[in-house]
Order: sequence, then structure tokens, then C-alpha cells
Amino acid sequence: MTLTDGEKAMLDGACGPGKQKAMELLVRYAEALGAERFVDTNNVAGVPGSSSLFLQNYYKQHAGNGDYETIYSLYDLDSDVVVPVPKASSYCCHLQGGMDPELWPAQGMSREAYEHFREDEAAVASHGIQLLKTCTPYLAGNVPVKGEHCAWMESSAVVFLNSVIGARTNTEGRESTSAATITGKIPDWGLHRDEYRYGTHAIEVEVPVESVMDWGMFGYFVGQAVEENIPVITGACGQPNLIRHKHFGAAAASSGGVEMYHIVGSTPEAATREMAFGPRKPVATIKYGPAERRAVYERLNSNGSRSDVDFVMLGCPHYSIEQLWEVARLLDGKKISDRCRLWIFTSRAVKSTADLNGYTKTIQDAGGLLMTDTCSAIARAVPPGTRVVALDSAKQSHYLPAIMGIEAWFGTTEDCIRAALTGRWNGALA
Amino acid sequence: MSTRTIILRGRKVVGGCAEGEALVTREAISGWGGIDPMTGTVIETHHELRGVSFKDKVLVFPGAKGSSGWSNAFHMARLTNSAPKAMVFNIMNTKIALGAVVTHAPAVTGFDQDPLSVIETGDWVKVDGDRGVVEVTKRGV
Repeated sequence: MTLTDGEKAMLDGACGPGKQKAMELLVRYAEALGAERFVDTNNVAGVPGSSSLFLQNYYKQHAGNGDYETIYSLYDLDSDVVVPVPKASSYCCHLQGGMDPELWPAQGMSREAYEHFREDEAAVASHGIQLLKTCTPYLAGNVPVKGEHCAWMESSAVVFLNSVIGARTNTEGRESTSAATITGKIPDWGLHRDEYRYGTHAIEVEVPVESVMDWGMFGYFVGQAVEENIPVITGACGQPNLIRHKHFGAAAASSGGVEMYHIVGSTPEAATREMAFGPRKPVATIKYGPAERRAVYERLNSNGSRSDVDFVMLGCPHYSIEQLWEVARLLDGKKISDRCRLWIFTSRAVKSTADLNGYTKTIQDAGGLLMTDTCSAIARAVPPGTRVVALDSAKQSHYLPAIMGIEAWFGTTEDCIRAALTGRWNGALA
Repeated sequence: MSTRTIILRGRKVVGGCAEGEALVTREAISGWGGIDPMTGTVIETHHELRGVSFKDKVLVFPGAKGSSGWSNAFHMARLTNSAPKAMVFNIMNTKIALGAVVTHAPAVTGFDQDPLSVIETGDWVKVDGDRGVVEVTKRGV
């Protein structure tokens, strides 16, 4: 591949061993991809140097030390030696973490794990990485602009960034974002380049897609249908708002690997069908009608058989303030069943608004908890004894039953709140 | 018992040589949330390999899908000695490129014939990552 003088200097060690190890990893990665050059980035979203207790203990045992620099060097940069880790040179925000900073005891975390979490957070902050602690950085202070080259992890954020904002990133991973944070470089491959951003598959919508649940189901269908290709959507789906995009993209990135989609007349690179496909011809045309909608609903509900619900989890991807407003209205003055727990996840930034607006208190008064930083799937945390969970997220329905070995129901936010209030699942496809 | 050897030529993703028994799937694999990195077992609910471990196998698959935690999951599987011995796949993306790099397992893609048609679970597969050559010895009949 072709390297600039600045990139060569980093690779040769002229900018210190930390940047050198980061460039070595990025070169191995770029060559694996078949990339010919790097692109500069000043917008990274990752989890640089953060670690679970498992990683910390692993490196204590195998490298004699489990501290931040050791993990950043040996794990994030895949280096064979520990190097001094420079502070971030690119704007970088930290994605989800492993537990709620206050409600961790309810999540079943040990004090040891919590203390490690606090140390980790201090180390992240001291390296100049922003503690947004969310899978929705675009709702918490990092909104790229159209055309901006970014290096983001978190598949639901990646698909939102490319499709809704029109900024550019591939689905990066932990190691590549950690390396980009201290070098400002990422392979110029895939969605950084115009020719990769055109549509591949035509999706014709023949059933109204309206509610947030509809958009989650539709996303799950599209991901299954196109896998990691780029769908171009036309038909009866109107103009989705931010929440609908968030749930659609998260679902499509989970059931398939969708990193970018176009909705003709709505998303920024799809003013027309011709613009969305560019020089490409669609390789397939796929219909989404009532039968497909029913099938995806049934698939998402194939993990549930018992109608007694003992846990309701909302906030995947992290809830927006608009969604917390809706939940607060649904819960106002009511009490959830004593057979059921309700956990709702958001970012710290959004929670501070929910605190101000009284939504946090409304949720607590009803018997629920508003949590930040993480989610049940990331933290592997559900209330003790959980057997059946209710979810309003197709993405979480995809992951949580597999990760935790529990049954799951999928429905609307209203279905889920009703389940929390009654302890019973009553959802149905409208 | 007869054996038959087939050579596939592709390009290097990660160098090095390894050999082992093939584990083949026609379905893309999710990393985070799709595998248990402690055992190398596929856990995705609807996956045809659900409950099957790729530990010490030569994993032959279309490619990577799902969460951006793909590299992290396979990287962890390396730490727990549960990673595949080598990876043979068709579709390049950032998840698998980075994941293969940090797994340190020899990996090859871009073949002259489709490995999913040629290789079956149980075949013996030698992967030469540097040369991009995969040698398949069919399971004896």
C-alpha cells in the first residue's frame, strides 16, 4: 500500500512506540482488506483500552499486569510488548460500558468489578477520550456531518451514520478504533469510497411501515434479505423519524450486516432511485408485503412460549428523550407488577434531561429503573431468576435470548409496558 | 479407503500455516453475541452451527456479519485457546479482516473456486496463508 510521509514516520517509530504499534496493526488490517491507502479521520467511536474483569485478570496472569497501558498495548494494539500509550490525537468518544455507574448492584455486579470500572473510566478520561458511554453517540454529543470520514464501532451507530447522516465509516472494531484514536488513520476502503456506497438490492414495500415496531421488523427482514449489502427502499414507508431509523438500522445490522441503506426521497444519498443505485443495477428485487411482515413477527417471537413475563428491557439502542417521554406517559401514576422488573437503558446525556423532566422519577415511582452506559446484552445482566423477557427492540430480541438463554417476546413499547404492569405478555400483530 | 486432494488458490489475509479438520457452514457468522468466546461455540439462535465449536478447526464460511464486536469476540477466543486454527472465507469486510488479523490464525480469501462447494465438514485442510493456498484432503469414503 502507499503510505504518506507522516504515516511512514509513525510506522518507523519517529512518533513514539505507541503510534508505531498502532500503525503496524493498521497496516496489517489494511493489507488484509486489500486497501491501498489510509484516510485521515478526526472522529472515532470505540472503547479504547476499556476492559472487563476477564481481560484484566487474563493479562495479570499472562503479562504480570492488567493495567490500562498493558491492555491497550497487548490487546487493543495487538502489540507483542507494552508501550506507553499516547493521549488521543483524534476526537474520540467512548461507546457502551459494562455497568451502570450507580445501579450496578441491581445488575449483579461485584464491588471488585465496579472498582475496576471506575479505574478504567478514569484512565479513559485521562487519555482524552470522551466518556459518552452510549451506543447512540449521535444522541449524546457526537454528530458527524455529511461526507465526514469517521472510524466508528457499534453496528447500529455505523448504519445510522452512513445512511441517515451521510457521513462515512465502515464497521470498525475495537482494535482498529483504538489504533485510529492515536494515529488519526483508518483504511480507505469500503464505505469511505463513493463506488461502495451505491445500492445493490431493491426493496419494494407493499405493506404500510409506520410504528417503531414496524420499522424494527422491517429492518430485521431487510438484514436477512440482503445480508451485508446495500438496500434501496421504495414504497409505502413514508418519512421515518430518528427513532424509526434507529430501530430499523439496528435490526438490519443484526440480522444481516447492513452498514448502509437508502430510502428513496428520504436519506441524503437517495434523492432519486437513480442516485441511490448510481452505476449499479439491482442484483435482486425483494418484496416486503403482509406475508413477509407476519413471518418476521413470528420469527422474532419464536423464542417465547410462556406468557408470564418476569423482565421488561427497553432502550436498545439507547432510548432517546422522546422515547423516555413516551414511557413516562405510559407509566404515569401506575405500578409495575411485583412479579416483574423493568429496566430502561439510555445515555448519561439523555438521562440528565430525563432527570430534569421528571421522567426518571416517574419510572422509579412505578417500580422501574432508568439505567445508563450499558444494556442487558452488553453487561450480560438481567434480574435474578429471569426466565422470560419482553422487548421492543428487534436487535435485542436477536441477541439477548442467545446470550442469556432466556425466552423473549417482541412487541411495541406499549405491549412491553403492559407486560411490566400485568406480568403477562399480551402482544399481537396489529 | 481412498483419499482425494484438491488445491484452492486465493490471496493472503493473514500469513502462516495451519492444518486441521474443516468445519463448514453456508451461513455467515456473528462474532459478539453470535459465539461464546470462552469455548468457541456458535450460540446464534437460528444458526445451523448452533451449539458447535470451531475450536481448533479450520473454519470455512461465507464471512462475518453482525456486531462490530466481531474482532473482539474472536480475539478473546484466541486468548482462551478456543479460536479456529485457520479461516477460509469468501466475502471480505472490515469485521473479518480485523478479526482474522487479531486472531493470528492463517486466513485466505478470494479463491479460484468456491471453498463452500469443495470443502465439507470433516475434510482435512491445510492452509498456507502466505501463499494463499488451501489443500483439501477429502474425508475417506
